Amino acid sequence: MNPAGFSEQVRRAWAIAKKDIRIYYLKGPVLIFGVFMPLFMFLAFLMGGRQLPLSFLISGLVGMTLFFTATAVSPAIFPWEGQAKTLERLASCPVTVEAIVFGDMIASILFGIGITIVTVIIGLAVGLSLIHGITLLVAILLAACCFSAIGMLLAVPPTNVPSNIMMLSSLIKFPLVFISGIFVPLEQMPAWGLVLAVCSPLTYFTDLVRYSFTGTHFFAVWIDIAALAVFTVVFTVGTMYLHKRTMPKRM
Amino acid sequence: MTPVIQASNLTKVFGKSTAVEHVSFEVQKGEIFGFLGPNGAGKTTTTRMLTGVIPPDAGTATILAHDIRTEPVMAKQGFGVVPETSNAYTDLTAWQNLMLMGELYGLPRSRAEQRSSELLTMVGLLERKDQKVQAYSKGMKQRLILAMALIHEPELLFLDEPTSGLDVQSTQMILTLLRDLNRKGTTIFLTTHNMEEANRLCHRVGIIRAGKMVAIDAPEKLKVAIDRVHKIEISFDREVSSDALAGLSDVTGVNRTGDKWQISAENRDAAIHSLVTFSQQNGAAIVTLNTLAPSLDEAFLRLTQEAKP
Ligand SMILES: Nc1ncnc2c1ncn2[C@@H]1O[C@H](COP(=O)(O)OP(=O)(O)OP(=O)(O)O)[C@@H](O)[C@H]1O
Ligand SMILES: [Mg+2]
Repeated sequence: MNPAGFSEQVRRAWAIAKKDIRIYYLKGPVLIFGVFMPLFMFLAFLMGGRQLPLSFLISGLVGMTLFFTATAVSPAIFPWEGQAKTLERLASCPVTVEAIVFGDMIASILFGIGITIVTVIIGLAVGLSLIHGITLLVAILLAACCFSAIGMLLAVPPTNVPSNIMMLSSLIKFPLVFISGIFVPLEQMPAWGLVLAVCSPLTYFTDLVRYSFTGTHFFAVWIDIAALAVFTVVFTVGTMYLHKRTMPKRM
Repeated sequence: MTPVIQASNLTKVFGKSTAVEHVSFEVQKGEIFGFLGPNGAGKTTTTRMLTGVIPPDAGTATILAHDIRTEPVMAKQGFGVVPETSNAYTDLTAWQNLMLMGELYGLPRSRAEQRSSELLTMVGLLERKDQKVQAYSKGMKQRLILAMALIHEPELLFLDEPTSGLDVQSTQMILTLLRDLNRKGTTIFLTTHNMEEANRLCHRVGIIRAGKMVAIDAPEKLKVAIDRVHKIEISFDREVSSDALAGLSDVTGVNRTGDKWQISAENRDAAIHSLVTFSQQNGAAIVTLNTLAPSLDEAFLRLTQEAKP
């Protein structure tokens, strides 16, 4: 066994993910938030009574659900653990910062995927038909990785006050939803809106979900997938690099 | 043989203040090394640099032949840490905490379970292993953290004030465990305020003041170095005159406290012989006779107070 080897570090990251799930995700309020938030969002959409088809709404809903759940808890984990001094414990264990970040990402990926599948099932239950199941699956997997990396990026400022980070991440997360073609179809967006939209990974995921449910899409499927993949790699590498630099400041 | 811990010129600056300044020392295999210093001297900061929690601003630390900056994982794999503030996961049970440690150190599940049972038995927490750490008392938490640090049978153990705030029983238990571990070959680096503890436990101590090392030696040698004048406390069953005592050979000073006399002498042995002869000649029987060894406390106070920066 080489403790510093890649496979061994991945195994240790998995131990961190299990710990996160047990401590931070399998909590009544978190699960209730996870299941009810999309449900209420969905109701709010329906009540809005706008002239948009149900399938468009549900695609947006699925996009939002994955985005919010995958970024819901992870930004606060480092501040929580910094405060509780358990981060110092991890820092003195033979795990790299990358493995710790990766472990936190795995936990949020699993949580995001789990809740999003609940939303998809609700969608199917209200009579939506799934046209491209495999595409949806690939999209959810890829986007979950991408969004969980965003969640960890939001955790980069080395504060040990969880509420600061939560405030900051809301400030960034909500505007992102408005530029991502969830409430307004990309076709109806003004040019400047589209310029903003192409910068948001959520745009590509929503486009893929719409394609899966309705068969229509704004970008080509391969562009959506490639864009998501590039965002995922850039954000993952970026968040690991930044955390490596800021970790000592948390101690 | 390469030392287990080799710190050279470790320096850490926080803002404008230098918490640790060019600290260098070595700890050999099998040693219990005590790291002493007053509050704020930089003990925790040094320990955190040695254990790879914070990077030093200058200097290097080589732990178990691995540089803590360039090969942190390899170095960390070989040691266990009991940090200053208790930090088990309070939302997990003792057992879950130990299993997590087992996985973080790459132990196979069965080995981790076996070790955890042994360790929990050793620290007396086996019956409460399935209780969340939240419900633990301070002493129980500290014992659990010691068990967590030992899960992978480390060659080297760092402890930052492991007994501060614990009662006599928990303290004794931890000290006994440390001594047993050391007898089986574990090298121990221990930070403490408690001179008595350092005196009884450590083979060598290093004293740090305001971020600088001021002395490194065996406790006995430090004591002797600090106090060349010995004190003897004696009392007789009848009045004797202080002039008569002061006139004895090898007695350099006489001081009365209550019914006892404090005698200063450079040669303790010779002074005691004179006192015994004095007692025989004057028919004044000796009631008590104590030699007052300089304590490590005194040595410590001297070293950390003299030449205030
Ligand atoms: N994270 C930090 N940021 C700023 N200053 C710090 C930090 N950690 C320690 N210091 C400063 O460094 C100095 C040394 O602190 P350190 O905690 O190492 O002392 P110590 O010897 O462990 O004291 P104690 O016996 O109270 O535990 C102190 O002046 C402290 O204020
Ligand atoms: Mg300290």
